Amino acid sequence: MKSTFTGLAILTALLLSWGLYQALVIAPTEQTMGDVQRIFYYHVPSAWTAFILFFINLIASIVYLANRSSKADALALAAAEVGVVFCTVVLVTGPIWARPVWGIWWTWDLRLTLTLVLWLIYVSYLMLRRFSSGGQTALIAAVLAVFGALDVPLVYFSIWFFRTQHPQPVMGNGGSIDPRMLHALLINWAAFSCFAALVLWSRFRLEVLRRNLEQTQALEELLQPRSSR
Amino acid sequence: MAETAVITVADLVKQFGRFAALRGVSANFAPRRLYALLGDNGAGKTTLLRSLAGLTPPTRGRISVLGTTNLRSICSRIGYMAHPSLLYDEMTGIENLRYFARLYGIEGDRRCRQVIGAVKLDPALSRPVGQYSQGMRQRMSLARALLNDPEILLLDEPFSNVDTASAREMSALLGQMRDGGKTVFVVTHQALLLEAVADEFIWMEAGRIARRTASLEPGEQT
Amino acid sequence: MSLTWVTLAKDLRLEWRSKDSINSMLFFALLVVVIFSFSFDPTAEESRQIAGGLVWVAFLFAAVVALNQTWARELRNHVLDAYRVSPAPANALFLAKAFGNFIFVTVLELLMTPLFIIFYNLRALGPAYQLPLVTVLGTWALVVNGTFFAAISIRTRSREIMLPLLLFPVSIPAVLAMVEATRSILTGDFSARFWLVLLAAYDVVFTIASLFLFESVLHAE
Repeated sequence: MKSTFTGLAILTALLLSWGLYQALVIAPTEQTMGDVQRIFYYHVPSAWTAFILFFINLIASIVYLANRSSKADALALAAAEVGVVFCTVVLVTGPIWARPVWGIWWTWDLRLTLTLVLWLIYVSYLMLRRFSSGGQTALIAAVLAVFGALDVPLVYFSIWFFRTQHPQPVMGNGGSIDPRMLHALLINWAAFSCFAALVLWSRFRLEVLRRNLEQTQALEELLQPRSSR
Repeated sequence: MAETAVITVADLVKQFGRFAALRGVSANFAPRRLYALLGDNGAGKTTLLRSLAGLTPPTRGRISVLGTTNLRSICSRIGYMAHPSLLYDEMTGIENLRYFARLYGIEGDRRCRQVIGAVKLDPALSRPVGQYSQGMRQRMSLARALLNDPEILLLDEPFSNVDTASAREMSALLGQMRDGGKTVFVVTHQALLLEAVADEFIWMEAGRIARRTASLEPGEQT
Repeated sequence: MSLTWVTLAKDLRLEWRSKDSINSMLFFALLVVVIFSFSFDPTAEESRQIAGGLVWVAFLFAAVVALNQTWARELRNHVLDAYRVSPAPANALFLAKAFGNFIFVTVLELLMTPLFIIFYNLRALGPAYQLPLVTVLGTWALVVNGTFFAAISIRTRSREIMLPLLLFPVSIPAVLAMVEATRSILTGDFSARFWLVLLAAYDVVFTIASLFLFESVLHAE
């Protein structure tokens, strides 16, 4: 287990470095947008990674609802937390990219808006977990995750139609993409996926350990004679 | 001749986070008895009662009631009463009971009047429950618990803040229920009130059953 | 099923007797309309464009106030335990509460709408008969999830703030649909049909989800 982790960590470091090199040096400068466009190599992979992490959260939540497995719940929590981080990256890099290029901070771009809504849903998920009292936190969080997931297609269609009625600037690279840019994008996506897997794994392990510790402490408390009050 | 136990608890553990309210309770309870559950605050009496009612799922261990571990399936045969009244303050007694009777599929007023009469209250009373005295409220709450004519009655501190006369009446009523074939569990701090009617006194300490006695020894009043 | 109606009747009767929540909510709704009207003072042309948004945001805030007290009576005196201990189906309780909230919020809307029409001199250039349909579908969308999340919020600290925290993100597509549908009908520029279909789909999806999952939430400790 440990060697796999170390291996993944090394791979991640390599891919991230290579991706950085590709993004900043190898990939050509975009004609209209200039060097600012290079943020695209971080903005887009972050978005895909976040969506995948939220998908993992959904699967873990469903598994939890099916068999109340504590590990499934730990994975759901870890995936939600890491997903929110990557989501935040998307929401921050978006305006940074948009402002110099299109002169606006924000646009109700499909990807950006979907990301924002997902971010809101999952922040509310994390708040629910934080504020929940009682032993059924995992259950109601899992229920919320299912509701969030059901919402996503509805969000997608509503924004898509909204944009057909109210044309907005499109954030993105336009139509065709230089193969070197695509190359850089894919490498960075691989790098981000490995990085996300690394962080997810760490967070998951941490959560499982924390629960084991709590269990052990609870068991100790159980076996100790309690002084009557 | 051993009777089949109506309730069996095996190594029941209930933890709230790190706090263990029940630390391995094992017991058999025979039917048609009145059990008094006694002990200090924090001993686990309420948690045990709520576990039997199906309101608190166990962390570990097994509870078997009326032959099954699926407590939801036999919930219509259980009556539960707690220190909060479980009644709507803004409705009258009969209105409250009419509604709760519907939850058990009982229609019409006849049953409601019957149980209200059994706890010696007036079915025609038009005062909302919120204006009752504590004794009346506890009695109405008991009436609610009796609506579905349960085989097992689980009562948590029914005598708390109740005047002595009402408490004695309730105690006698519980004895009658037991005589009529019900199994009654009463959590209370006031063991004396049940001295005449209880079949067994179960003492809990620190999340476990410390001892079970058939009668109160002098000095074992609380 | 009949248990739903019995529960709903009981809730309506109790509300009628105490009348304190409905009164304060009506006043709150009125205040919301007035403040919005002060803050956004558009021309007749502009008002048709933005009225949809204003009205629905106002409805949303008023709805949250109503939704927050959905379970208040059941939590007092722990009445919810009596329900959990009985064999009554959880969904009957959920539907009764959802219908009750629907009636409640509709009453608030019936108060607020004429005021908005007056303050903004609103007149629908599109098919006005679609407006009640938007209102019904939109209100149900808010109420069905609101009732469900109110039940989830019971088991949290900061109960009152938790409800909007959970409700708003998930309601975004529904709110967008309500606002856009209202705008299309008022301006007559577009057909509201897509939004109505989306709202209907939203309602169906989340009603089913709530009915499916409410039992688990109710019996959670």
